[in-house]
Amino acid sequence: MEVNLRQMTKNQKGIILKITAQNELGRRIREMGITPGIELKMLGEAPLYDPIAIKVRDNVLTLRNNEANYILVRIEGDINEY
Amino acid sequence: MNINVAIAGNPNSGKTTLFNALAGTNYHVANYPGVTVEKKSATIQFDDKSINLVDLPGVYSLTPYSLEEKVARDYIVDEKPDLIVQVVDASNIERNLYLTVQLMELGVPLILALNMTDVAEKREILIDIERLSKNLRLPIIPTIARKDKGKEELLKAITHYQANEKSFAIEDFSYGEDIDVLLEDLAKSIEEQGFLKDKYSSRWVALKYIEGDQQVLELGKNDNIKLHIELIGQIKKLTEHIIKIHDTNCEGAVANYRYGIVSSVLKEVITRKESAVDRIFISDRIDRVLTHRYIGPFVLLAILYFSYQFTFWASEYPVAWLESLFEVLATTTNNALPDGLLKSLIVDGIIGGVGGVLGFTPLILFMFFGIAILEDAGYMARVAYMLDRLFRLFGLQGSSVLPYVVSGGIAGGCAVPGVMATRTIKGHKERLLTILTAPFMVCGAKLPVFALLISAFFPGNKGFLLLGVTLLSWLSALIMAKVLGSTIIKGEASSFIMELPPYRFPTMKGLIFHSWEKTWMYVRKAGTTILAMSIILWGLMTFPQLPESERRQFEDQKTIIAKNYPQDIVNEVKEDNEELSEQALKLKKELILIDNQESQIGLRYSLAGRTGILLEPITKYAGFDWRTNIAIIGGIAAKEIVVSTLGTAYSIGAVDPEETGSLATQLAKDPAWDRGVALALIFFTILYAPCFVTVVMIGKETGSRKWGAFTVFGYTGLAFIVAVIVNTIF
Repeated sequence: MEVNLRQMTKNQKGIILKITAQNELGRRIREMGITPGIELKMLGEAPLYDPIAIKVRDNVLTLRNNEANYILVRIEGDINEY
Repeated sequence: MNINVAIAGNPNSGKTTLFNALAGTNYHVANYPGVTVEKKSATIQFDDKSINLVDLPGVYSLTPYSLEEKVARDYIVDEKPDLIVQVVDASNIERNLYLTVQLMELGVPLILALNMTDVAEKREILIDIERLSKNLRLPIIPTIARKDKGKEELLKAITHYQANEKSFAIEDFSYGEDIDVLLEDLAKSIEEQGFLKDKYSSRWVALKYIEGDQQVLELGKNDNIKLHIELIGQIKKLTEHIIKIHDTNCEGAVANYRYGIVSSVLKEVITRKESAVDRIFISDRIDRVLTHRYIGPFVLLAILYFSYQFTFWASEYPVAWLESLFEVLATTTNNALPDGLLKSLIVDGIIGGVGGVLGFTPLILFMFFGIAILEDAGYMARVAYMLDRLFRLFGLQGSSVLPYVVSGGIAGGCAVPGVMATRTIKGHKERLLTILTAPFMVCGAKLPVFALLISAFFPGNKGFLLLGVTLLSWLSALIMAKVLGSTIIKGEASSFIMELPPYRFPTMKGLIFHSWEKTWMYVRKAGTTILAMSIILWGLMTFPQLPESERRQFEDQKTIIAKNYPQDIVNEVKEDNEELSEQALKLKKELILIDNQESQIGLRYSLAGRTGILLEPITKYAGFDWRTNIAIIGGIAAKEIVVSTLGTAYSIGAVDPEETGSLATQLAKDPAWDRGVALALIFFTILYAPCFVTVVMIGKETGSRKWGAFTVFGYTGLAFIVAVIVNTIF
């Protein structure tokens, strides 16, 4: 199932499908290692529900909700509802 | 023989630690020309060779869009170092090699220092270094910079480096068939026409054109507009195709292929027990508590509070020692020199002024030490993460909290280290806004002003009222940030994406390096700036001197008073012994009273006093008379001066900022003062020009004197308007 990163729940995993951000944001996302085909895990949100923390490659990264909107993820397996 | 070596690498890869390990203490800190990016360099001797090391800014890629990336790329291209050492974080190898690929595209001589191999090992990431070296065709030296391991081997590799003909060049990389074909075509025309050839290889220029690299496009446009247009036309045809096939633009496609190159290089090189995202490291467990929705903010507050308490606790005695050192210096000079202007200049002007500011040095040192702990441990990134949402409301970033706190967000800081601490803020707009608003906080030198006014006019819980002033400062800073951010400081909010690096135990060496570097910068800046300011201020408050006739009047008065006492008492006072008889004490008090009157009249007569009087017709709307005006003007040099000048102006002698009781009583009695005036002065003190050292630091950190001037004139104007409003209402 395809969702954007923002819709993922804590500890959910998925494979990055597509980055729809352009220009600086797109560049920043890619150079931090967020690229299509890579596995990603949602770690959680900051106390004020924004930004979020994810794990990609060997990294823990944080990005704001409005930035997470640009990252499409295919969710693996079992979780259908959130 | 000289070898010029530049050290490149991702942020958090241990680049600076490696540089420090190689350079030792013998390094030089400056800025890259024209920008506020720090440049560290050192020259070391090894194997009879001189190695010139330059630490490039930490970057994730070599696009020319962030300041750091531009500086790093320009340095590599323009200065053409003999060798680049890229520090690669072994525990984070894929993203680090993304930069390696870009360095190889540039065709620079390269060695990799595979750093933090211990962390990788602990995480059960096994790297076959020999194979990796073979795949990349690059020399790779394993290092653990924190433990000084691999240093010798790396230096040996540097001095023995020989350009390897087999090493990869941009021609060896594939970016997919479509782009490869186009790359070939473009490179050919670029080669033929000698387009941009003095700096870059033709294929690299072609690749940058495909990526839409703004810096190269701009250079190309100026070099050969015809070819420039031709190239862009050719690329446009492919763009649609790429978007259709790859579902991303050309730039994205190139980046994806770069990661593809990294993956193929790492094939059979890296083995790990579990998939990268599944492993739960200690760091992740710590984060579950430290960034927890409810626990996290409390821990944050507690940590900020305790590092603050620690700073003040640890620096209390050293500050007192330094202060008494300056006192001894002042007394000695006082006794050694004859009465007169020179003595007054040295004792009151120079030693008083410079000592007052340099006396803070231990406090600054411990403050930076505390920051270094939080930063090196990796906690600062979490602070930014937790507070980002809140600070974003005002156009700032989560990282803005630290400069605010250091500047006096918890009353008692100092804006100079606060402004210096903004270097951790990533976005340029956010950093500028933080620099410009941090000086509103209640610094240690403003504190006595508020304490004085509160105790004179607002009876009640002093601590509670001071807290109110502190909150008022926060509010002012945040509102100002919002206003500036949506008016004169334009620009998009920058993206926030950043690493939450694993928690690490800071090394003592690293902490000492970081805190010492910053403290030394403070001493240099504060020392020189405040020396000049102290002399100027002393001049303003001393000249013109009272006419001889008036001064004689005061002398006569003193002679008359002395005549009322027996000669031995007069002698006792003259000898200035520590213990005086009751009678002598009485005489001394009477004489001091005359002296204080003379200082007051003298101050009124001086240039500063005249300016104060001259401004009275305007400042009276805020309720400030000439005395307050002089104190305010003095406060631009250093806020410590405000209270002591008020003391002189109210003829009770220079007042010790820590004991303002008598001055408070005096102000409360004075008909020119009431609560409205006091409140107006409180608002004015929060908002008006920062002290001069801060202004100089703002100029330095923003890279433009314009912003320094803005805080002096803009803020003073604003402060005055607010003071008038407050005085009118209350």
